[in-house]
Amino acid sequence: MSPEPRVPPPAPAPPAAESAPQGSAGRQGGDVIHDIGYRNYDGPRLGRGYARRSLYVQSLRGCYGLGRSAKSKVLPMILLAVVCLPAAMMVAITVQGHLRQQPLGYNNYVIQLQPVIGVFVAAAAPQAVSLDLRFRVVPLYFSRPIEHSDYVSAKFAALFTALFVFTSLPLAILYLGALLAKLEFADQTGDFALGLACSALFSLLHAGIALALAALTPRRGFGVAAIIAALTVPYVLISALQGIAASQGVGSAPGWIGLGSAGTLIDGIQAAFLGGHSNFPGGQDPTTGQASVYVLVVAVLVAGAYALLLRRYRKAGL
Amino acid sequence: MIATENLTKRFPRVTALDRLTVDITPGVTGLVGANGAGKSTLIKILLGLSPATEGGATVLGMDVSTAGSAVRERVGYMPEHDCLPPDVSATEFVVHMARMAGLPATAARERTADTLRHVGLYEERYRPMGGYSTGMKQRVKLAQALVHDPRLVLLDEPTNGLDPVGRDEMLSLIRRVHTDFGISVLVTSHLLGELERTCDHVVVIDGGTLLRSSATADFTRGTPSLAVEVTDSDTHPDGAAALRSALAERGLTVRDDTAADGARAPGAGRSVLVDAANADTADAAGNDTDDEAVYDAVRDAVLDLGLGLVRMEQRRQRIADVFQHGTAQPGAGAGNGPQYGHGSAHAPQPAVHATQPQKGDGGDVA
Repeated sequence: MSPEPRVPPPAPAPPAAESAPQGSAGRQGGDVIHDIGYRNYDGPRLGRGYARRSLYVQSLRGCYGLGRSAKSKVLPMILLAVVCLPAAMMVAITVQGHLRQQPLGYNNYVIQLQPVIGVFVAAAAPQAVSLDLRFRVVPLYFSRPIEHSDYVSAKFAALFTALFVFTSLPLAILYLGALLAKLEFADQTGDFALGLACSALFSLLHAGIALALAALTPRRGFGVAAIIAALTVPYVLISALQGIAASQGVGSAPGWIGLGSAGTLIDGIQAAFLGGHSNFPGGQDPTTGQASVYVLVVAVLVAGAYALLLRRYRKAGL
Repeated sequence: MIATENLTKRFPRVTALDRLTVDITPGVTGLVGANGAGKSTLIKILLGLSPATEGGATVLGMDVSTAGSAVRERVGYMPEHDCLPPDVSATEFVVHMARMAGLPATAARERTADTLRHVGLYEERYRPMGGYSTGMKQRVKLAQALVHDPRLVLLDEPTNGLDPVGRDEMLSLIRRVHTDFGISVLVTSHLLGELERTCDHVVVIDGGTLLRSSATADFTRGTPSLAVEVTDSDTHPDGAAALRSALAERGLTVRDDTAADGARAPGAGRSVLVDAANADTADAAGNDTDDEAVYDAVRDAVLDLGLGLVRMEQRRQRIADVFQHGTAQPGAGAGNGPQYGHGSAHAPQPAVHATQPQKGDGGDVA
């Protein structure tokens, strides 16, 4: 990972370096070790914005285990393969079977693979923030030009990007497959775009929830457990309630109940506004009015998570 | 480098800094104080991370309350606690911290290789830091504080957790940071003995107030003295007393040993302290000749009395002594003052080791 030349420590410097003004050590005796001395840095200092971008890039890479030990790469890469595999299979089926339509729409792909995405975000969010807390790197960051808000925005953006890449990569595979199978180009492109919007919204909400939870604890295990619980328990519960409501024939109830979990929120919004169909039990899409409330709730959740993070790090000094 | 003006920081319960006005010049400056004396609070404020309740501070000529980001770009900080993720190599970590300080990617890598070499980390820098010894970790922590070539580094307890050898290496490294790298250093410690050897200037704070700020030389200046220990003989059952009077006759200033050691150690009555720069012969310039005259006088006196000379050593006053007898304030309270015990154990007089344990008793300066 380190591209710098592996120079052996007492670098035999060219004779010119011997006259370096600060050449300090190793002048004594016959076998002189030339120390090239301390060199000052006169180059550019790119400041706060650059530092924030560096943190963003480093955190984004960290979500996939890049730049860390081989062990840290295993889980994210396996999950990435798992989330893409069904897409590849669907492409194969569509192309081989000369289907006129993909077995699963773009939006529904994201909703259906929620468990896998949930595991990924549960692993990535603590990786992004809990480790900094646990190993106390946070104070070091704040001794650099960035401000506390920069740390939050860089981490949030990094996790969002990681999730977006994670969710939109299989969609891209589906889209390429659709083009390969010579499905209707305009339709597919439109649906793909809506699918990306769906995955962006999904990523935004889940990144917010996961990061806010992970920042509460320096223990990675707790973070992982808390995030998985926060994402799956309400989803299962709400789906069950929706099922009961639907079987009782209470018309608008499943739509309102859907407000209760992150998964159903995204499902409802994509069904109402992004051209998909909800996976609600009973197959009923929320009404436009209900879906508008969904959007509002998502906005409040994301903003709330961000505010919590800002609050969490405002006090985290040295 | 650093100037504070009536700097006050109050928390709901405690006042961490109380109207602290201090001016720190380029060089190596030691910041001494017990735990809770306000060292960390001061560093936080100097980095622009915590607003002062009253007063203000400038670092490198910049106001910390308005230009915090610019200050941190040119200041390095080495925290007291562990701050290294174990699954990352030193190179990767320091490169990242260099970029966090605003260095472009190529420069960050070059400076990282340079800096790690300067702090004495070689091939092991490619290994994950989880397997490093405490000494190596401290070096990485120092490297990340220096990698962006700051004009000033703030080192918080850099010798914490090191064994005596590691401590010595770290101290000489800190000295080099100033002499070879040209970077000014503010180093905190609760061990006076360390700072005495490393620093040009020492600032002592206690309970958030300035106790003393002066050059290290001022602390240790004063009359160098000569400790003489003699045996007893049949004619002189108390050899030390006999020598004391004999030396006094020769016009030398003889002092009670306890005055310098702070406590009467076993056998302290056997040794005699003589002012090496004697009033009769002292003048501003040639201290060496004075010393020699005193040595000669002591030698002659011992010889005349027919005693055996056990040891004769030069003893300089240490910073700790100054606190013991000079500036210690009665209000400082038990266990609240700087702790001397450890520090003076490293002072360059092995012969006085026996007296050290008493000295640090409870850290009570009052």
